Amino acid sequence: MSKVKKWVDQRFPLSSFIKHDLVEYPTPRNLSYWWNFGFLAGFVLILQLLTGIFLAMHYKPDALLAFDSVDHIMREVNYGWLIRYMHAVGASAFFAVIYIHMARTLYYGSYRAPRELMWWSGQALLLALMATAFMGYLLPWGQMSFWGAQVITGLFGTAPFFGDEIVIWLRGDFAVGDATLTRFFALHYLLPFLIVSIVVIHLIALHHVKSSNPSGINLSAKNNIPFHPYFTAKDLFGLGIFLIIYSYFVFFNPEFLILAENNIPANPLQTPSQIVPEWYFLPFYAILRSVPDLLGGVLAMGLSVMIFATLPFLDRSKIPGGAKYRPIYRVMFYIFVLDVIVLTYVGAQMPTEFWTLVGRIATLIYFLTFALLPFLSKYEEKKLRQKGLPEEIEELIRCEEQYGRGGKK
Amino acid sequence: MSTSESDNEADLPEAKDRRHFLEKATCAVAGVGIVAAAWPFVSSMNPASNVLSKSTVEIDIGSIKTGEVKTVEWQSKPVFIFHRTPTQISAMQDSTGSEIDPQADDDRVLKPEWLVVIGLCTHLGCVPSKKQEGWFCPCHGSRYDNSGRILRSPAPKNLHLLPYQFLSADKLLLGKA
Ligand code: FES
Repeated sequence: MSKVKKWVDQRFPLSSFIKHDLVEYPTPRNLSYWWNFGFLAGFVLILQLLTGIFLAMHYKPDALLAFDSVDHIMREVNYGWLIRYMHAVGASAFFAVIYIHMARTLYYGSYRAPRELMWWSGQALLLALMATAFMGYLLPWGQMSFWGAQVITGLFGTAPFFGDEIVIWLRGDFAVGDATLTRFFALHYLLPFLIVSIVVIHLIALHHVKSSNPSGINLSAKNNIPFHPYFTAKDLFGLGIFLIIYSYFVFFNPEFLILAENNIPANPLQTPSQIVPEWYFLPFYAILRSVPDLLGGVLAMGLSVMIFATLPFLDRSKIPGGAKYRPIYRVMFYIFVLDVIVLTYVGAQMPTEFWTLVGRIATLIYFLTFALLPFLSKYEEKKLRQKGLPEEIEELIRCEEQYGRGGKK
Repeated sequence: MSTSESDNEADLPEAKDRRHFLEKATCAVAGVGIVAAAWPFVSSMNPASNVLSKSTVEIDIGSIKTGEVKTVEWQSKPVFIFHRTPTQISAMQDSTGSEIDPQADDDRVLKPEWLVVIGLCTHLGCVPSKKQEGWFCPCHGSRYDNSGRILRSPAPKNLHLLPYQFLSADKLLLGKA
């Protein structure tokens, strides 16, 4: 065994990789359970890849066969029901985990220097995840699948000059049809590999800048502990909790997140009485509907997803640490989270006058949070420093001004 | 590969210019090549010829009674063929729709008793359902009148028209004017 190891190590840095990046990898000892969600996201990604590959062995991406092949998986394939429910619930779990992961990053300001590239690769991951989920949702070829794809691909029709041509090109037909289904299947299979490679970039960046931690301060070496066994144990415990919740949905309530309407085969000549996207798209869908002008709505929706990337620029405060030490930022964080929940709710409602109004206000608050951040973060910093910060913190700020964040330990 | 002598030569201004020119020319040719190589793949995603061959259909409209709408499929899209009553015709001819997208009824029909429009809401493409005063879109609440003109947003446009012609009194050809 040790001979094999030696042979490999002379040709590939296997042992040193395991030692540096898994076992001894220095991790802040004060990480809370909020730091579990990155690991959980990685776990769900693997779960989705595995279940997806097995589903693809029985699924048929053909407009005439797709709906029945899903039925075939559910009724005839051995454990097909299990694999499909794992995959469907897994999609929701993926978003839940990612959204919590993002909220943690927001609360603790982990997107700030030197972790901007982690945040931006995360943004790329979010986009790829959304695209994958959207295309995957067409595959069962039910009514919601069909009309969801019809509406979202239709959004590209608002592009100036070539709108109609772009939509036809995307669909490969004048409406969503067989050509669309086949290409969505191909891309739904392709994108996860893209996701895996961005995850690798995300992790390389992580191992360069190291984990952030609840204090928001880069800890000195003596406050780091090896990843194994401390955080392998902590992550696995979190995984246990996650799996309990996940299994509840898979085994006891699998249809909870599947709209009943989607159990009716796609019908291009009849729209369901209300088109609702999956829950994880609802806040963005609500923003789309809140803007009276269609092109404006499409732009606002795109912006609402992409705007997270601007946070490292918008947050101008030099106060280290997360929302815990920043009273104004903390209030903004909670308002934002609440606002997203309101938008999620509004996105699922019929567009009556009342809900449109609520949606508009919530949309406004959504963007205002970002627009005000540069000013409020500066103001907050000024106020806090006037009141007097502990000398260590002032020292830290001076250090950072001089050497850049994370420049000096 | 180079001696110190030819190194000096390579640093002469003309040599630099030539090198820059060659660099640019190489990039340009490679760029054109990449675009040309990408084109078949981009183009393959456009509708295939069997899809395009659905571009015209003949419809028998003799069976549509006055006041009735028939929904047919053309280019994978629903098309409403509406046999309008005289009262509906005169009501529509008297108005130009709403200020969102005003248009005379005459500009929307070949024969006033037949309204032929694409049955997809111009907002996000749901299929509106027929109501007494026109159409209502269930998705986000747009309303259209009996000429397919938009009455209430969010839809920005009237229901789209399509090229068609009357082959005879009760035969329509959709897709070709
Ligand atoms: S699609 Fe008809 S109102 Fe939005």
